Amino acid sequence: MASAPITVERVGFSRRTRQFIQQLRHGDEVAHLITLLAASSIIVVTVMLVYQLYINSALPRHKFGFGFFVGRTWDPVSGDFGALPFIYGTVASSALALLVAVPLGVGAAIFLSELAPSRISNSLTFVIELLAAVPSVIYGLLGIFILVPVLRKVVEPFLKSTLGFLFLFQGPMYGVGMLAGGLVLAVMIVPFIISVSREVLLAVPVEQREAALALGATKWESTWQVVVPFARVGIMASVFLALARALGETMAVTMVIGNDPKISASLFAPAYSIAAVIANEFTEATGDLYLQALIELGLVLFLLTILINGLARLVIIATTQKGTQAQ
Amino acid sequence: MKLKTSITSIALGVVLAALGVCALVESPSAAPAPPALLLNAAGATFPYPIYSKWFTEYNRIHPDIQINYNSIGSGGGIRQLQAGTVDFGASDAPMTDQQLSQNKVPVLHFPTVLGAVVPTYNIEGVNQDLNFTGEALANIFIGKITKWNDPALASINSGIKLPGTDIVVVHRSDGSGTSFVWTDYLSKVSKDWETKVGRNTSVNWPVGLGGKGNEGVTGLVKQTPGAIGYVELVYAVQNKLPYGQVKNSAGAFVKANLAGVTAAAASESKRMPADFRVSITNASGKAAYPICSFTYLLIPTKIDDPAKKNAIKDFLHWMLTDGQNDAESLSYARLPKDVVAREIKAIAQIN
Repeated sequence: MASAPITVERVGFSRRTRQFIQQLRHGDEVAHLITLLAASSIIVVTVMLVYQLYINSALPRHKFGFGFFVGRTWDPVSGDFGALPFIYGTVASSALALLVAVPLGVGAAIFLSELAPSRISNSLTFVIELLAAVPSVIYGLLGIFILVPVLRKVVEPFLKSTLGFLFLFQGPMYGVGMLAGGLVLAVMIVPFIISVSREVLLAVPVEQREAALALGATKWESTWQVVVPFARVGIMASVFLALARALGETMAVTMVIGNDPKISASLFAPAYSIAAVIANEFTEATGDLYLQALIELGLVLFLLTILINGLARLVIIATTQKGTQAQ
Repeated sequence: MKLKTSITSIALGVVLAALGVCALVESPSAAPAPPALLLNAAGATFPYPIYSKWFTEYNRIHPDIQINYNSIGSGGGIRQLQAGTVDFGASDAPMTDQQLSQNKVPVLHFPTVLGAVVPTYNIEGVNQDLNFTGEALANIFIGKITKWNDPALASINSGIKLPGTDIVVVHRSDGSGTSFVWTDYLSKVSKDWETKVGRNTSVNWPVGLGGKGNEGVTGLVKQTPGAIGYVELVYAVQNKLPYGQVKNSAGAFVKANLAGVTAAAASESKRMPADFRVSITNASGKAAYPICSFTYLLIPTKIDDPAKKNAIKDFLHWMLTDGQNDAESLSYARLPKDVVAREIKAIAQIN
């Protein structure tokens, strides 16, 4: 509690009340209440969201129980619903996206904050922030008209002929599929990683760099061994922000992933994600069980996000205690 | 000081914005007489172009009646009708008995126009129209026929040199009336399909890639050599896609056109039940195109507000008579005459 010196003395009010009135006069208490309201509204929305998803998915929860998470069939005709292919598609496409986007994004952020002249850095950052604002359907269109044909005609045959002995690069090549989905997602989340990581790197105190340089480190050594570790937590936060975006992405994914709820080891094979199937099937889902199964998928995606964010927290806690303190 | 200025400017901005919104909202409705009656409807996306034309034109003839249509999909239309949030709904597939039993007020089906679904494909070196049988289509979509030069296809396409490439099946990934008609037809012509897959707005597809919407399916088919998919006739015609002829139950190979679709409905009209809930796929008759269906307006039998009731009844009558003339210009097939006559009689059931 911020304690302002109490000057007003009145009989009949307790000390606490007087303090409250005093703070009210200074605006502290008002600001406190307003910000508290803002913060609690987030909790209220989240709780309401989960409650609604939970209530409206009663039928499939009772019918399938835990089997919903491990079921591999999605058959609206016979009313048999399982979420596993969608969970797999969501997690695998997001993981693939991170695999591509993290080195690219962090590398670009290091260049922009440490190595590039500030004029170039600022103008490039502007372009990157523009990219983050492009609607996802545009990424999907670019994916379907530019990326997919290139994948089918050039990239996938090349991967098959060189790395075809790996199970990842086998089977028929359609262009659309897990690989296309992961790559489009990667392109979409790179701007987030670059933008946030660059800010974090720029926030590293100049003294850190100067100290490293004074000890005889080269520019790159100071960047890689001092600045980047210092900013590690922030960089990781940018990655998790990007991951959250990838997990929930709908439009761009559904346009290129092939929309087939099967689990295949090959990256060439079509797959399906949770957000995509909900968006695709919700409008025409007529039966109660069918509709509620889609809502339960929403609940599953929510749980998945919580789980992954929880893990992210753990990683951040573990690394901050061990390594250098950030900020 | 600075804070005060910014607060003032924000307040000013809010007031100005509010005024602007008011002006925007008021100006269009203030100029013509405000509609005395606003009807809300929601449902199928497939007939949206013609419905929107009908509702605009009807509003021109009756300026006091305005019909607001939300094309949110058949499923949404049925749900909103059941919840009572719209005055009437629209659906591509007729409601099931179970859905009908969930309505507080009985619901009538009024067919409005007809649509057809055609197989479209992309085979290198083949520019002619291919022939398909229902059996062959079912086997392709179930994954039994995997090469274009399969004997089942070669035997009905004599004179066309089919390559030995793999067939890539493309289906709709979003739930749609188009998928319902397609799977309904495949269920009728193939026992295998009926037992393994069945009919619905979306099904558990045995093979293939999913494209979102007609445009998604078309995009995939156009890009993928050896692909076959299905799209609405309207869409295939407007985008000049190649599409095949399908063998009807009379044994003739028919290329889909609006007359063939109306013929299919006409040939089935005798065995049509009183509530019009009928599938007309695989219709009999030499000229009938076998993969087509009605699309429906769903009207409650009891409408409490007399003004709304009369407006809906009058609109239905207009839609079945003058309105039908708009169908062909928008690539929908018009209703056969005797179906129109029966529907006009059915309007009397609304009270």
